[in-house]
Amino acid sequence: MTEALLFKDIDEPGLNTLEVYAKRGGYESLRKALATTPEEVLAQLEASGLRGRGGAGFAMGKKVSFLPKGTIDKYLVSNADESEPGTFKDRELMQKSPHTLIEGIVIASYAAGTSRSFIYIRGEYVQQADKLDAALAEARGAGYVGEDILGSGHSLSLVVHRGAGAYICGEETGLLDSLEGKRGNPRLKPPFPANQGLYQGPTLINNVETLATVPTIIAMGGQEYAKLGTDTSKGTKLVSVSGQVLRPGNYEIELGIPSREIVYGLAGGPQEGREVKCWFPGGSSSPVLEKEDLDLPYDFDSMAKAGSMLGSGAIIVVDDSTPILDVALKVAKFYRHESCGKCTPCREGTNWTVKMLERIDEGTATPMDIEIMASVQEHIIGNCLCVLGDAMAMPIGSLIAKFRDEFEEHIEHARARKDLRAGAPEGAFAGEVAHA
Amino acid sequence: MNAELRGEIEGHMALYPDSRSAALPALEAAQRRHGWCSPEAIEEVAEVMDVTPAYLAAVASFYDMLETEPVGRHSVYVCTNISCSLRGADELFQAVRAAAGTDPEFNVRPFECLGACDIAPMASVDGVYVGPLSIEDVPRLLDDVRADRPVLAEKQLSRRRVADPNANSREFPEGPVETPSASDTAADAA
Repeated sequence: MTEALLFKDIDEPGLNTLEVYAKRGGYESLRKALATTPEEVLAQLEASGLRGRGGAGFAMGKKVSFLPKGTIDKYLVSNADESEPGTFKDRELMQKSPHTLIEGIVIASYAAGTSRSFIYIRGEYVQQADKLDAALAEARGAGYVGEDILGSGHSLSLVVHRGAGAYICGEETGLLDSLEGKRGNPRLKPPFPANQGLYQGPTLINNVETLATVPTIIAMGGQEYAKLGTDTSKGTKLVSVSGQVLRPGNYEIELGIPSREIVYGLAGGPQEGREVKCWFPGGSSSPVLEKEDLDLPYDFDSMAKAGSMLGSGAIIVVDDSTPILDVALKVAKFYRHESCGKCTPCREGTNWTVKMLERIDEGTATPMDIEIMASVQEHIIGNCLCVLGDAMAMPIGSLIAKFRDEFEEHIEHARARKDLRAGAPEGAFAGEVAHA
Repeated sequence: MNAELRGEIEGHMALYPDSRSAALPALEAAQRRHGWCSPEAIEEVAEVMDVTPAYLAAVASFYDMLETEPVGRHSVYVCTNISCSLRGADELFQAVRAAAGTDPEFNVRPFECLGACDIAPMASVDGVYVGPLSIEDVPRLLDDVRADRPVLAEKQLSRRRVADPNANSREFPEGPVETPSASDTAADAA
């Protein structure tokens, strides 16, 4: 295991204050960056091979380079709407080391030539937003944010903007609409935010962890950073492990280590006597993998090759005590609730999927319904403005494909139970626990 | 209307190139005063922001944390998404709802992933994250809120270290649970 980078001093008391952060070398990377040109900073980011940590895994340096040059109003937005079920890494970073994010934003804004920036933080993260606001006031006072930063001529305003509870605002164009004071409906792409984003201006949107990694890259040098990880997945990654494991939590890993090492080595694996039934490698939107897949290296390409994705780096572990239908229903209900309702395949597809899964549980479904449900998923994918619908269709599709036997069994048992119930005297099943 | 609220909304509006961006913080501020996004609250925000009440009502109805009906002033969001439900969140939510009963002070809601699966099952009580929670914690959780005490002080997320080896010791015994040392507590206070 390599040395932790983002989590190096994470539990140092008072790291959230400028005093302790500066003592630990904080804002040195900003000084170093401002002493060179924006082009040089961009070159370091590109050399690092850093890929976005929010879900899509797009090369960060390339994203910065997409912004048009010139003196037009350009914006930088840090996506802190961490809402992908199972993900809680940005929360830890913002709460314990808010200055790392602020420093990363200032450096990235220098490279991208943006003069206004925002942190869009989910409204539920009250404590984290308060920590960010306090840190921002300190950073402003010390001249790290504001006019003519450290005499470099680069100026940047930064506002912590609190959301109000909507998963879809983590989708970058939904986030932009929300930040403009509207309902968080996603926009049609193209135009992409790099050309036409916030207030119609070119906008760079990056996840918190991505931006928080920037000071490390500047400190180490892009090429040194690129030595960590695999050929196409560079560096370290914060992984949130949750569900049925002994030690759920955030772990910083070098990309490419065996997934088993994360689930068992770090998080302790399932409770004794239990086995991994399936696991989501990148939040609840990622297609599930099975226990054999735990030997795969945990990196962007290996997860994609296995038919899933690394996503936000949120591993959710389900052990063999949990019925797969419960997992599917939980996931489907979430996306039904969060669908903004704009596109029909997503709005109706998430609703019908929930209804069909409930029918299975109630004992009114037939095995043929599995086919219908699978085809509903196929008709959602790729047919909406944003990927929220896909985010349900992919995991549900994978659960059906990989656990078809269990779905069929569930249908049979639920039907038998229902028939039995119909013939029994009233009250005979009082207190029964569903499919215990 | 209340001058303080007007000032707060105008303060938010000044932060953005387009003042309409202040809609969410403004509605949140009005909700804090009125208890919910009531027609009066929305009228007031509309007046200061110079937008129509209909526009703001449409915005408010989109977001889970903006209340479009009167609710209790203490919010208890119990996360019932997948990671928490794998560790008993659905039962926990039922227990909290039953214990709060018809107490008009409480707004108990099942909530989507709150981003704290490391302390699953968990709840956000007036914005303070606590967990891992057991059914036995429920009476004290409500009592702490009623008595205006810090809610379940020893179970607050802010006390937790990264990847705490004692995570979820309730469900999966891992040896003795340590009480936070004095220095940890000092760091939290800082």
